[in-house]
Amino acid sequence: MTATTLPAARRRRIRPARAALHTFLVITALAWFFPVLWAVINSFRDYDYTTVHGYLSLGGFTLDNYVNAWDQGRMPVYFLNSLVITVPAVLLTLFLSSCAAFVLSNYSRRFNLVMLAVFLAANLLPPQALLVPLFRLYTSIRLPYWISESGSLYDSHMGIVLIHVAFQIGFCTFVLSNFMKAMPSSLLEAARVDGASVFQQYWKVVLPLCRPSLAALATLLVTWIYNDFFWALALLSSGDKMPITTALQNLQVSFFVDYNLLSAGSVIVALPTLIVFFLLQRHFVAGLTLGASKG
Amino acid sequence: MASPGTAAAPPAAPPPPEPRPRRPRTALRHDRADRISLALMLGVPALLVLGLVWIPAAVTVVLSFTRWDGIGGLDTIEWVGTQNYVDAATIYPPFEPALRNNLVWLLALFTVPTLLGMFLAVLLDRELRGGRIYQSVFYLPVVLSLALIGFIWQLVYSSDQGLLNAFLALFSNAPAVDWFGDPDINLYAVLVAAGWRHTGYIMLLYLAGLKAVDPSLREAAAIDGAGPVRTFTSVVFPALLPINLVVVVVTVIDGLRAFDIVWIINRGRNGLELISALVTSNVIGEASRVGFGSALAVVMLAISLVFITIYVSTVLRGAQR
Repeated sequence: MTATTLPAARRRRIRPARAALHTFLVITALAWFFPVLWAVINSFRDYDYTTVHGYLSLGGFTLDNYVNAWDQGRMPVYFLNSLVITVPAVLLTLFLSSCAAFVLSNYSRRFNLVMLAVFLAANLLPPQALLVPLFRLYTSIRLPYWISESGSLYDSHMGIVLIHVAFQIGFCTFVLSNFMKAMPSSLLEAARVDGASVFQQYWKVVLPLCRPSLAALATLLVTWIYNDFFWALALLSSGDKMPITTALQNLQVSFFVDYNLLSAGSVIVALPTLIVFFLLQRHFVAGLTLGASKG
Repeated sequence: MASPGTAAAPPAAPPPPEPRPRRPRTALRHDRADRISLALMLGVPALLVLGLVWIPAAVTVVLSFTRWDGIGGLDTIEWVGTQNYVDAATIYPPFEPALRNNLVWLLALFTVPTLLGMFLAVLLDRELRGGRIYQSVFYLPVVLSLALIGFIWQLVYSSDQGLLNAFLALFSNAPAVDWFGDPDINLYAVLVAAGWRHTGYIMLLYLAGLKAVDPSLREAAAIDGAGPVRTFTSVVFPALLPINLVVVVVTVIDGLRAFDIVWIINRGRNGLELISALVTSNVIGEASRVGFGSALAVVMLAISLVFITIYVSTVLRGAQR
């Protein structure tokens, strides 16, 4: 991708336009990166030191903020909640949406477009527009206590998983059905001749071929669901059950007196998404542009 | 338009038959098992989407014409016609600032981040030393939640410990500015943070769109003697029409949905009123005014449905090709 792979570009002398372009990009990129960098730098600095010398100083480096943020912020509890919500929600969304996409792209000619429209549009609705009925629905669905301590879908992780699945199925079904439609129909014909049932055709033939799309979607879903703030706020009431993003709200109280602690807390919370960013960048970008580039 | 009423029909109908089986069916039982799995594979996801998204959305519309505390039984619901809408427009002080703020939010996103994102995409859509690094930096904020972005920018904006005021204090003795607290400026301060994230997203969308533009179009323009600016305005930009539509819709929807960042800062009050925050505080706040909150939600729903319809019809037309 870079110019170094192009000998022709290297041979050319650097033109002023190109120099201006790079200057602009470097300055903008530095400005863009700065807020994150600032949080990272301050997260390693001692509060007493910065109080005395101000933030525009150097020195007082320490790791204590991370230890304190982790303990005082009760991060392990919140991270576990995020995990318990995100993993099942992502797996269930991918499974259900690939099922729906399989049927819509191979069998249901008649409902195809209507269903896709219904699915895709649901993904774009403002969550607040569903809040009241969902709240009421969740409190009135009784669950045995071994599933939910609250005795209902309200204030249970399962309820949060379900609403994430319902919301994200639309987008994933749309992306996957586009992908499946592009597969040669001879694949399924061959499986049918071999006597494969519908579910076997889906599970053994189509699904393995969808791996690239599934990887991209999984990356995207992990980020979106981990980053969700609203649903946990609206449909959970116990502080102990909050996922980390929503728990930020409670962390404010303990963190906002000490901005270095706040920085360390922010970096810890950002870490999972930053790992996605650095390791799975290709999948993330692919996922984000999957729906759009088809338009 | 995918109205909830019509949407309820499809899953109730029997699963459609397989398209013209060419060879005789081997066993009827096998065929029935297949029909059941087809029905389940489409029915379960459809039930979730309808039951947890579309039907609640429809119920919200109905509730917006009622008065209800949300706790009492369904028989305590009182029909009040359009009273909630009238109240919102006349005797609810935060409503007008919320509408105005949402509009400012939208216009701000459209002007700076969208144009900057497009500009960056055009600059980076070529062989460039370090091009990938620039791209990565610009979309780094996209992976962060807006709630966390509110936290991170607090480090810049805080009135006593923030970087911005520490920096300004080097040059002047003016009193410290409370960037997130002062109702005259906090919306713009928040918009800088929100735009910081939006720019990267828009850049990615345009980069994908630009890659899809047929290179022969540019070559033809170059042969005709068009410069880079002319090529972009007369050839490339028109070819980006579908992506432009997507960007418009994404921006409108994101603008309407904006919630996390203002809620984490001050729960959407004092200069940061947004419709989404008003709905939330009316419903989960102490007052619990369900009908009134629903009326506000319907305003959001109505605006977003217009753009959702545009988006869905465009995207599905593209998918059908």
